[in-house]
Amino acid sequence: MGAGIFSRLKAGLAKTKERFIGSLEDVLSFHQQISPELYEELEEVLVSADVGIDTATLLIEKLQERVKKEKPQSTAGIMEYLKEIIIEILSVPPPAALKEAPLAILVVGVNGVGKTTSIAKLADFYQQEGKSGLLVAGDTFRAGAIDQLKVWGERLQIDVIHHQEGADPGAVVFDGMAAANARRTDVVIIDTAGRLHTKVNLMSELKKVHRIVHQNLGSRNLVNLLVLDATTGQNALAQAKTFQEAVGVDGIILTKLDGTAKGGITLAISAQLGLPLVWVGVGEGLGDLRPFVAEEFVEALFS
Amino acid sequence: MLFSNLSERLQDTLRRLRGKGRLTEKDVDEALREVKLALLEADVNFKVVRIFINRVKERAVGQDVVRSLTPGQMVVKIVHEELTRLMGEKAEKLAVSAQPPTVVLIVGLQGAGKTSTVGKLGGLLKKEGRRPLLVAADIYRPAAIRQLQILGEKAGLPVYSAEGKNPVEIAVGAVARARETNRDYVLIDTAGRLHINEELMGELEEIRQAVNPDEILLVVDAMTGQDAVNVAQSFHEQLALTGLILTKLDSDTRGGAALSIREATGQPIKFVGVGEKMENIEVFHPERLASRILGMGDILSFIEKVESSIKEDQALEMMKRIQKDQFTLEDFLGQLRQMKKLGPLDQLLSMLPGIKPQQLKGVQIDEKEMKHIEAIIQSMTPQERREPQIINASRRRRIARGSGVSVQEVNRLLNQFEQSKKMMKQLANLGKGGLKPRFPF
Ligand SMILES: Nc1nc2c(ncn2[C@@H]2O[C@H](COP(=O)(O)OP(=O)(O)O)[C@@H](O)[C@H]2O)c(=O)[nH]1
Ligand SMILES: [Mg+2]
Repeated sequence: MGAGIFSRLKAGLAKTKERFIGSLEDVLSFHQQISPELYEELEEVLVSADVGIDTATLLIEKLQERVKKEKPQSTAGIMEYLKEIIIEILSVPPPAALKEAPLAILVVGVNGVGKTTSIAKLADFYQQEGKSGLLVAGDTFRAGAIDQLKVWGERLQIDVIHHQEGADPGAVVFDGMAAANARRTDVVIIDTAGRLHTKVNLMSELKKVHRIVHQNLGSRNLVNLLVLDATTGQNALAQAKTFQEAVGVDGIILTKLDGTAKGGITLAISAQLGLPLVWVGVGEGLGDLRPFVAEEFVEALFS
Repeated sequence: MLFSNLSERLQDTLRRLRGKGRLTEKDVDEALREVKLALLEADVNFKVVRIFINRVKERAVGQDVVRSLTPGQMVVKIVHEELTRLMGEKAEKLAVSAQPPTVVLIVGLQGAGKTSTVGKLGGLLKKEGRRPLLVAADIYRPAAIRQLQILGEKAGLPVYSAEGKNPVEIAVGAVARARETNRDYVLIDTAGRLHINEELMGELEEIRQAVNPDEILLVVDAMTGQDAVNVAQSFHEQLALTGLILTKLDSDTRGGAALSIREATGQPIKFVGVGEKMENIEVFHPERLASRILGMGDILSFIEKVESSIKEDQALEMMKRIQKDQFTLEDFLGQLRQMKKLGPLDQLLSMLPGIKPQQLKGVQIDEKEMKHIEAIIQSMTPQERREPQIINASRRRRIARGSGVSVQEVNRLLNQFEQSKKMMKQLANLGKGGLKPRFPF
């Protein structure tokens, strides 16, 4: 699987390669000597992957420190240093509770990032693990959102607890938790309406939904997963911060890595907020959810 | 960091430049480095940034730097001009076909906001007296058709869909239906797709050949990062886009993607989405974005600031009076006191579009002046406060005596009042039409 995602990401990236100033690999093979220009170009490549100027600067500083200390003979060694530095930042352990049923997963994020699709993929994953599942249609706002989840439920043959469009999301979530507890469902996954993190009233609605889930957990663990779109730039950091403050985020699902965006902003998120990446989405199908592996992510970032 | 935005940073940088009478070359470089960082932080593609910085630098260092302007003003001028050029010079309208229906194809990545945009655009056209037909050609995403049907119901617009048909057939069928039912716009919602998905991009090309759209609009999430350029370029190369739509501008994104996609395709941004409601769509004003980036057109934060300190109904009342030209010197005094709470007046006024720094020279007000102004206005009769045009020379002398200031100061105040009135009227008129004035830019 590891090679799969790597080659898929790389294949996607290959098509747009000429448009980049070059990959990190290219930069490093071009420069024979360690020079200020080399660092500058490295920084630029990192920025072009959405790492952000602050985090890119931080990474380059760390790199320079190591180079000073260990004095590598060639620029090739630098690549390994940089990889190690990034992997270290990304190596935040995923929430252990994700493996322990009974479990409730609350899925949050802004509009259109791939929450509902990721929920279907997650449900499929747990089903394959032999666990029983239940979905809760907590997005009562967006037109057609309930139907969307119901379609996935039918495909997976997993029940979907839902109310009507426009209904109180707190009420359906309450019913969903009650049903999951009564049925002793292993994993209940709760969909929520997409909301911009800047909408104060919608964020407090989410807090309420979270509280209701929390109060009705029974013996369950609760994991809050934030879905981020790899195409998003620096704003993803603001999203993570605000959702973190509102309900607490235990882990991140990074979607749409099958495109040409590299999702480098997650580096900033891990570095600044210490949040773990748990899953990556690499397509629209059920099978297109992969556990996050730092080494693979870095390979794709470098390719 | 989280809430500092691009325009604030640029404003800071450029204000520093403005303050200086003369600039060394080092100053220019320093300033442009700041501009570069700010743009990168705003998600402008780094290549676009590089092009932009070079353009500015070339012009700034060359013989262009001249005459009556200080070098600092010159840099401001050039940055502003280049930014405006990058955004397109003026707002662009939706095409109208000579032979109705006008066919509009809406395309984009997954989750960009295409379906909502089709609904909103339909609502907008309907308001303009058009008869749009919405077309559900996203047969892939579960319940996408249902979503558009619900939006159509809300907008009171018909939605064309055809079970079991492929998107090309649906598009063709929809255009035929529009002809039969006398619909003058056909808005085709397509499934989200990656620009590198050859099969799905091929499908769009087939639709294009089959219905020959008058507009092919790419919907782009305003929060998109560096990849925006790749996406826009690919879609443009494969489909020959005619325009762009930027969504989710109601977020706190700095929206640098706008600059990137504009530069990558050369096509105009025609509309912006500013919220989840049907009516949350607006015509894009390039000059507003350019000004906002430079800190000269940030009406939004201006209004937010004013709103947070003046109660809303009070603000509305004020707005009405300004519009009806009933704004008096008394209001002016109140306004000045409000603004004192908000920060320096010139800083606030500099957020208004079209205000040049030299225009602000007359309206700079400090604490001492504030006291004088209060005294001057208090020395006026109620009638004079309401109708300042009656204040002739002898009245001016009386007011000056009464408030212990010179006649020149009275004159200056009256001039400032007229200036402010004009500016505020301009602002108020921009806000017309909505209860709560909102400007994405
Ligand atoms: N290419 C790609 N598309 C995705 C991925 N995840 C979700 N999508 C698509 O993104 C769009 C929005 O997804 P949805 O789950 O409805 O987002 P939500 O609004 O957050 O619930 C849909 O068209 C999905 O098929 C992914 O990993 N890759
Ligand atoms: Mg959803």
